Amino acid sequence: MFVAVIILSLLGFIFGISLAIVSKFLKIKVDEKLERICKILPGANCGACGKAGCFGFAQAILSRELSLDCCKVASNEAKVLIADILGIKFEKKVRLVAVVHCNGGCKVKDKFIYNGIEDCIYANLELGGQKECFWGCLGFGTCVNACPFGAISMSAEKIPIIDTNKCTGCGKCVEICPKKLFSLVPVNYDVYVACNSFDVGKLTRKICPVGCIACGICTKVTNSTFYIKDNLAYIDYDKIKDEKMLYEAMSKCPVKCIVKRP
Amino acid sequence: MNITNFISIFISAVFVNNVILSRFLGLCPFIAISKETKPAIAMSFAVSFVIFMSSVISWCIYRFLLIPFNLIYLRTITFILVIAAFVQLVEMIIRKFFPVLYRFFGIYLPLITTNCAVLGVSLLNTDMFFNNGKALTGSFYYSIFQSLCVGLGYTIAMILMSAIRERLELCNIPKPFKNFPIAFVIASIMSMSFLGFNGFKF
Repeated sequence: MFVAVIILSLLGFIFGISLAIVSKFLKIKVDEKLERICKILPGANCGACGKAGCFGFAQAILSRELSLDCCKVASNEAKVLIADILGIKFEKKVRLVAVVHCNGGCKVKDKFIYNGIEDCIYANLELGGQKECFWGCLGFGTCVNACPFGAISMSAEKIPIIDTNKCTGCGKCVEICPKKLFSLVPVNYDVYVACNSFDVGKLTRKICPVGCIACGICTKVTNSTFYIKDNLAYIDYDKIKDEKMLYEAMSKCPVKCIVKRP
Repeated sequence: MNITNFISIFISAVFVNNVILSRFLGLCPFIAISKETKPAIAMSFAVSFVIFMSSVISWCIYRFLLIPFNLIYLRTITFILVIAAFVQLVEMIIRKFFPVLYRFFGIYLPLITTNCAVLGVSLLNTDMFFNNGKALTGSFYYSIFQSLCVGLGYTIAMILMSAIRERLELCNIPKPFKNFPIAFVIASIMSMSFLGFNGFKF
C-alpha cells in the first residue's frame, strides 16, 4: 500500500516537472487585447474580410494589416468598442445589405428538364442552367445555405428573399451565386432593379414578363439617377438627391422590374 | 520473435481488429472530426502519436515498476497518468506550431486523454505480451509495432469516413438525417464490412 502511494506520486511528480519544463520552451504570448476584440467581433467566421475567421481578423487589425472597415458584419457600436481598444477613431458608415437582381423565378419557363444535383453551381454548368433566361435565378437556393446568418429564404416563386434585418452585408451570397445576381446596396434606399438580363429588350420581353427591356423611361423620369448599360438599368447611388424620384421610376417602369425591398 | 508474428500483428491490428470499426474504441473524434479529410488526418496523426508514445512509456512502467513491486492492480490509473501527460504535451506542440489546427480541434484535443483507444492499446499490450507477470521474448518490439499498427488502422478508418462524409455533402439527404444521424448509419455499414475480415460464424 505504502509502495503504491509512493510510486504513483513519484510518477505524477516526474510528469508534472517535465511538462512544466516543456511548457516553458513552448510558451506563446497571447495579447489580452486580442481576446477582448474576439469577444466583441460577431464570431460568425464568415471569412468576408479575407481572413479564415474572426480570430484571424482580430490579429490582422491588431497588427494594422487590415482596417476595421474590412469587417462588414460587425455593427457600428461594436466597431466603436473595438476602436476604443485599439486606440483609434472610427467613422460610421451606412450599412450595406444584399439585394437579388432577379424577379423571374416561376414566371420564366425551363428550356430543358434538369435532373442533376439540386444546386445552382452544378445546374449552371449544364448550358448555363435550365431556365430560358441565361442571366436569371435558377432557384435551387444555393445562396440560402451559403448565408451564415440565415437571412435568405426561397419564396413560393422560387426567388431568394432577403431579410434586411438579419442581413449583415457580408457578401457571401455575392460570391457564391453562379449568376452573380446579388449585390450590396446602402440600406437607406429600398428600391432596386430586379433584373440581371443583358439580352436586348425584344428577347427579354419574349422570355420574362418582368425583365428589364432597357426602355430608358427610368432614366428620363429621374434625371439620370438611373442609367442604362448593356441593355440593363442601374441605379447610381451617388447621384440620388431625392428618394421620391426612385418611387416615381418604380411606378413608371412598364415591366415593373424596378421594385421595392420587402 | 520472428517475422510471421509481426505480420499477424499488422493484419490483426489494422484490419481484423481495427480499433474503431471492430473494437469500437475511440469513436468520439471518429464522428466529430470526420467532416473534412484534412483535419481528420491531422487528428488521427495526433491520436496515433499519443498511442505510440503512451504505449512505449506504459510498457516500460509496467515492466520495470509495476511488476517488480507487485502493483499490477494499479496499471489503469498509471496508464491514464501517462496518457494525460502526453496529451498535454501534444496540445502544447500543436498550439505552438499549428494554431489554426488547434482552434479547429477545440475541445476534442484534450479529449484524447479520455479516448479509450489510447488506454485500450496500452492495456492490450500488457494483456497480450505478458504471461503471468513475465514479459514474453520480444514483447517490447511487439508492443511498439502493435501501437504503430493500431495508429495506422485508426488513420485508415478516419480517412475512409471523412472521404465518405465529404461526398455526402453533395447528396440529397433527408433533413432529419443530415450530419450526425447519417454518419452513424455509415459507421455501422463500414463496421459491418470490416466484420468481413473476421469471418462469420453461424
